Amino acid sequence: MLKASMWRIVLAMATVMIAGCAPGASPGARPTVRIGSTNFPEQVILGELYGQVLEASGYTVERRFNLGSREIVAPALESGQIDMYAEYMATYLTFLKKDEGMSASTDPAATYRTLQETLRGKNLTVLDYAPAVDTNGFVVTKETSDRQNLKKVSDLARLNNQLTLGGPPECPDRPFCLKGLEGTYGVRVKEFKALDAGGPLTVAALEGKQVDVAVLFTTDAAIQAKNFVLLDDDKRLQLADNVAPVVRNELLNRALADFGPAINGVTTRVTTEELTGLNRQVGLDRKEPRDVARDWLRAKGLVR
Amino acid sequence: MSLVAAVLSWLSQPERWQGPDSIPVRVAEHLLMSGTALILAVAIALPIGIALGHLGRGGVAAINVANVGRALPSLALLALALPVAFALGLGLGFWPTMFALVPLGIPPMLTNSYVAIREVQREMVEVARGLGMREWQVLSRAELPVAAPVIIAGMRNAAVAIVATATLGAIVASGGLGRYIVDGLARQEEARLFTGALLVALLAIATELGFGLFERFVVSPGIRAATRPGEDVWAGGAR
Repeated sequence: MLKASMWRIVLAMATVMIAGCAPGASPGARPTVRIGSTNFPEQVILGELYGQVLEASGYTVERRFNLGSREIVAPALESGQIDMYAEYMATYLTFLKKDEGMSASTDPAATYRTLQETLRGKNLTVLDYAPAVDTNGFVVTKETSDRQNLKKVSDLARLNNQLTLGGPPECPDRPFCLKGLEGTYGVRVKEFKALDAGGPLTVAALEGKQVDVAVLFTTDAAIQAKNFVLLDDDKRLQLADNVAPVVRNELLNRALADFGPAINGVTTRVTTEELTGLNRQVGLDRKEPRDVARDWLRAKGLVR
Repeated sequence: MSLVAAVLSWLSQPERWQGPDSIPVRVAEHLLMSGTALILAVAIALPIGIALGHLGRGGVAAINVANVGRALPSLALLALALPVAFALGLGLGFWPTMFALVPLGIPPMLTNSYVAIREVQREMVEVARGLGMREWQVLSRAELPVAAPVIIAGMRNAAVAIVATATLGAIVASGGLGRYIVDGLARQEEARLFTGALLVALLAIATELGFGLFERFVVSPGIRAATRPGEDVWAGGAR
């Protein structure tokens, strides 16, 4: 048996160790970061990129991916159920400002500034934005494009009330989706079919001729792989949808100084080509987002 | 805005009552899907269950096979049906949903028909044969009328399950009331989501009650009276 004095020393050491383990109990402790994502593969890839670079810096990361559409995830961020997720500047800004006209533009820097101001009142911060842009794209098969001579989105107006559009269920509500198609381009579709968010169901439906035009994301590798034609957005309906992570101020205050640089280090290296390449590995080569993210981070020297 | 206010506001929109996303159209689509699935399930389950019940063989095996339909998650069946439907040129929506709903409707009807025919008093069947009835007459004039209540109960179970589950089709772009639920969730429109769910529940209840009426209409009064608990069918109307 140990002497009483030895027990006191052991007890003191144990207390200090336990106190040190308590989250945020001592300065220099890293908070757990809850990263969310909406419901398509690119979002999971971006979530993994941020998650793994934070883990490499010693943060504990909780992944809350595939939560649903923006209508679900954006409020989850505001209410504190997640701490951060990757957004697309112009669409996010438009989503936040619903009734106040179009505040976003094709200029990323201006859109970024407006977004920063808008988020101030919500205790959110948008960190650096990426060169990568991912917008909605209206896509047809090569066969349809050749047969109907469709090269630009405005060509669709020639076929009003004849075409079936397939896209995510929230598309009819979205200004950069069906609403914008009707408003900016004057296009009327015969029927809208609710599929998934630029995912396999939409690709299959387009290939299988269940829909004539599909809403896919412009970084989707399936467009090139399946020889689809991405109609040119000639009236500039889509705006500066650069990837940018949005973070709760509450987390930024508790995080250490390495948080921002770690995240920005990833974001600034994500170009449209890189992002499309990552999407190809997951969507077509069927690799796991976690592995694809890890390989990319290693290749860029962001993790070891 | 409270949920009730949101629902009332949503229901007051004209598109709710006219046009492709209107309530009458969605209900009609839902009934079409459910009805077709039920008819297909009846066409498969009843002949097999009744025939096996009459012959008295293979019932247990058939019931076990049919119960696989109960165990298979309808969502999984829906997903499996998609590539098949595409390959056959049947597309999204309606036919993949049939593929998921029909296996759901078969087990209750197969089991009930088999058991109902088996449970008919053997003496009565013997009497029917003794009266010179051919086998199919024994079946149609003696066994089926007596077995009818239980067979119809099986149809009722199947119909309610099908009506309630037809909402799944909305995941693969079908119409019906599931459309309100799936779209309401994606668009975070509480009123749409809630109304869709409420309408499906009401439709399922209406189906249950509807089959109750159907039974009253189809089952002979003597049988219906005789199958009160405590009496056996052989006693017939004599009380």
